[in-house]
Order: sequence, then structure tokens, then C-alpha cells
Amino acid sequence: MRPVARGARELSLWLVPLLGFFAFPDYLVLGSQILIAGLFALSLDVCLGYAGIISLGHASFFGVGAYTAGLLAAHGWHEPLSALCASSLAAALVGLVTSFLVVDRQGLTRLMVTLGIGFSLHEAANRASSITGGTDGLSSLELSPLLGVFRFELSGKTAYVYAAVVALLSLLLVRRVADSPFGLALLGLRENAARMPALGVPVRRRLIAAYTLAAALAGIAGALSAQTTGFVGLESLGFERSAGVLIMLVLGGAGRLYGGFLGSAVFLALQHLLSERSPAFWQFWLGALVVALAFASRGGLLGGLDVLRLAVRSRSAARRAGGEA
Amino acid sequence: MSFLGVAFDGIAYGSLLFLISVGLSITLGLMNFVNLAHGAFAMFGGYCSVWLTQSWGLPFLATLPCVCLAGAGVGALSERLLYRRLYRASHLDQVLFSIGLTFMAVAAATYFWGPTQQRVELPQVLRGQIHVLGLDLGAYRAFLIALVLLISWGLTALIERTRFGAQLRAAVDNAAVSAGLGIPVQRVFCLAFALGSALAALGGALAVELLGLEPGFAFEYLVYFLLVVSVGGAGSVRGTALAAILLGLCDVAGKYYVPQLGAFILYVLMIVLLLAFPAGLRGRRA
Repeated sequence: MRPVARGARELSLWLVPLLGFFAFPDYLVLGSQILIAGLFALSLDVCLGYAGIISLGHASFFGVGAYTAGLLAAHGWHEPLSALCASSLAAALVGLVTSFLVVDRQGLTRLMVTLGIGFSLHEAANRASSITGGTDGLSSLELSPLLGVFRFELSGKTAYVYAAVVALLSLLLVRRVADSPFGLALLGLRENAARMPALGVPVRRRLIAAYTLAAALAGIAGALSAQTTGFVGLESLGFERSAGVLIMLVLGGAGRLYGGFLGSAVFLALQHLLSERSPAFWQFWLGALVVALAFASRGGLLGGLDVLRLAVRSRSAARRAGGEA
Repeated sequence: MSFLGVAFDGIAYGSLLFLISVGLSITLGLMNFVNLAHGAFAMFGGYCSVWLTQSWGLPFLATLPCVCLAGAGVGALSERLLYRRLYRASHLDQVLFSIGLTFMAVAAATYFWGPTQQRVELPQVLRGQIHVLGLDLGAYRAFLIALVLLISWGLTALIERTRFGAQLRAAVDNAAVSAGLGIPVQRVFCLAFALGSALAALGGALAVELLGLEPGFAFEYLVYFLLVVSVGGAGSVRGTALAAILLGLCDVAGKYYVPQLGAFILYVLMIVLLLAFPAGLRGRRA
């Protein structure tokens, strides 16, 4: 595809949240949830889709970001943007420290270590209830107006725009990173980790950097969630959230930049529609969807689109060849 | 509670963990399949037992063989229809598949039994305490330990003395060569999976009294089973037993002596053990 065409198409994708703002004014809260979950899935994409590290404890970083933002707000720091940065830093720090435990391991052990980190942080937050509020969490957090102008009101307009702008900036950052030599090295590691050292790539350092970046972005998502809902609970660190984000990313398509946002939109829209009947009903069909995804494999919805597009193109090419003959 | 009492409870808890986890160890070691749905098989056993006692009026002890059979049946069926197709898939696909299966199991359990805790009625013999050497020991826990000892003795005999056991060990070591030597590897896989599911279901039924049973069981205790297997070393029955007893002891002792830390100790212990023994305490694979 020509660069100009790619640019125009991507630009139209970036305008989707703007369209959503005007088309669904009653669903802005759901919209912010989709954007935040999409950003969270994007952060997992850096780790899983690009660097190839399967994490079953990615909610750790979401939770650290959320609790940092929540604690700052609860203890009198009401300015949202600086709190967002601080949360991201805190999550990045936890990511950096834990990355040393994760990157040197392979296969099952690595999977279990990420799971163990997730569970231990969850339990730590549960036990340190004097700081974190335990099972009650931190609620009715107050924020000062964004940039000193825009108040966070009940309709969720400010929250939506705030989430959309932060998500877009993060997307641009990841896009830039993915196109850089660093991003290409990560893709190489995902495809063949044994061969990359022969090309002179410092594998360990690249994986640590990717894992830390993923953690920093997940921390931003967590902080956004805390700030826009005014609430942080234990479930922000829970296994179900780690599993949920994995499902969203794979549903949309891992390693494809936009997969996380597409996956979160489809996931949360389905959840919204199906859990009206009953939560168990939604959970059952979610399970069935995930089983089907695992069997179909290969790239989620975006991957499916690619296959479809290739099929259409080869058919039209065949028709053209037939016409010429 | 004295130190010996804590140790006794820890060993009882560890026996239960061993019973449920040993099937997962076989699946992971034999087929290299990351089966996060193993907790769902255990939960299935628990609900089977509850259903048989409540709707059919069977006594608790009589439900146990039925639960084993049902677990084996469901295990064999799902191995044939679902698991077999994903043996060669990536870990990510296996993780997704088994998480999805667990979601479906949890939803089904909520649909049929509701989100509340279930109970089973124990026979009079298993209630209360028995007195041994001046110690008051829970009768149910003593029964549990004895039963698990018996089962692990049988399991060891099965694996080390029988033709099936020899085929199983050969397939764990090298499936391709075993198939080349005429061992029906597919059937061995299926039987091993059924055996593991039967034991998990039995463990699930026995766990109702000790851990309680609600639809969240499948996810809540999954981490314990995975922990036992990854610490013990996938594919090793002795390693699984060792890890299960060790973790059972640590969990009970931790919760008794430092209750303010809860399960935190256990999770940290898991990470430390995993880092120190990446292949597990008795693992064969590096």
C-alpha cells in the first residue's frame, strides 16, 4: 500500500473516537471504558504481539497505575496529568524490577512467574487494607479540573475526551516504536529468539525494555481508569482482568497495533448487550468465543480481515487474468 | 493448635492438592499442554457429588466412585473432541482455549446451581475428632490422608509396574520414538487424560468439605494446582507429591502463624521456587 493511502486510512481510524463522541452521547461512559481497555490491550500488545512474552499477570501494572493514581488523589494530589505521569512511572518501575524475573525464563516457567507476580500483588493489596482500602477499595476520588479548565462531570464528556487523547498519544508512541529498529528487533525475537543473538541483537536488554514499556503503558491505562471512574478496587489487579485483556487483544489481533482497540470495542459492546440477560449468559458465550478463537487461531478479527481481503484480491486478479485471455 | 496439629492439617491439605494436581502434571509433562481448565474438572467433580447427594439421596462416600467415573468420561470425551486438536498449537492458543473452557464451566455452574456455596453431608464416621497419641485430629482429614496415600500407592504401582505405565513413561520421554516402536501413543494420551480428570474430579468432590464449592472454584484454586505442578516439575508424580505437601504445609502454617499476610507467602514462595528450580524440584525438562 502506498504511504499516502496508509496515512489517510490511519487518520480515518483516529477519527473514530471523535465520531463516537457525537454519535453516541448517551454511551460516553462505555466509550471511555472501551478506550481505556483498548489502551491496556495495546500495552499487552507491546509485550505479547511484538516481543512475544505471554503474560498472565498483566493486570499487575494496570493495578499499580490505578492504585498510584487513586492514592495520590486520596491524599490530596488532585492534579490529573501529573498524577497520570507518576502512575505510569510507578508501573514502569514495577515492570522493570519484575522483568528480570520474567525475561530469563522460558515457556511454562515464564507463564507461571507472570501469574505468580499477578497473584502476589493482588494478595498484597488485599492485605495492606490500611493503605489500599482492601476489598472496599478507594472510592469517591476527587480530581481538579483538567488543565485547570475542564471539570470531570457526570455525563463523562471530559473523561471521554481525556481518555481518547491519552489513548491516541500512546498509540502514536507505540506506532513510532514499532517502526523503529528496536521494534523490528522485537518482531525478530518473537519469530525466532534463537537466531537474533547471531544478528548482534542484545536479546535480554530488548526484552526488558519492551516489558517495561508495556508496564508503563498499562500503568497509564490503570490511572485513566481510576481517574475517570473515581474508584480503584482489588479487581484492577485481579486474574480476571489479566485474562480479559489477553482475550481482547487476541480477539482483535495481536501484533497489529489496532487489534487491542478493536478487540476491546467488540468485547465490551458484547458484554454490554449480553450481560443484560444475565452475567452467566455473557460469561458462557465469552468462553465459547474464546474457545473458537483458539481453534481458529491466526490473528483475530484483523487477521480474519486480512484473509478476506487477500481472497477478494486474488479472485479479482483471477477474473482480470481471465478477461485478458 | 499445637505445631503437630498444624503439620497434620498442612499434610491433609497437601494430600488434597496432590490428588487434584497430579492429573495436571501428567497433561503438562506428557502432552506439554498448558491446561488452565484443570480446576474446572475438579469443580465438575464437586458439583457431581453435591448433585448426587442432594437429588438422588446417595450417601457421600457412595458418590465418590461415581464421581471418578464421570470425571474419566468427561475427560476422555473432551480429550478426543477438543484437547487433541491443540497438542501442537502454541502455548497462547492452549491458554486461551482452556481459559475459555473454564469460563463456560463457571457460567454453567452458576446457571445450574447459582452463585452460593454448596455443602455435602458427611457420614457420622467422618465428623468430629479422633484421638491419636494425645492429639485431636480431624476425622475427615485423617480419612483424606489415608485415601490419598492409598491412591498414590496405586498410581505408583500403575506407572512403574504395569504395561500401561511403561507405555506412559516411554511416551513422556519421547512421544515420536514411542510411536515408532508401536506404542499407541494417542490411546495412551487419552487414557492418561481420563485418569487425570478422574483424580481431579475425585479431589474436587473431597474438597467440598475443606475448601467449599462455588462457581469461582475453578479460577480461585487453579493457581494452587498450577503452582504445585510447576514447582514439582511437570510429568513427575513424586515431584508433584513433594511440592503438594510442601505447599500445603506452608499455606496452612503461614495462615495460622502470620494470618495478616494470608496467601501472600505462598505466592512469593512460588516465585522463589520457580526461579531457583526452573524445571521443578523433580523435573525432567530444562
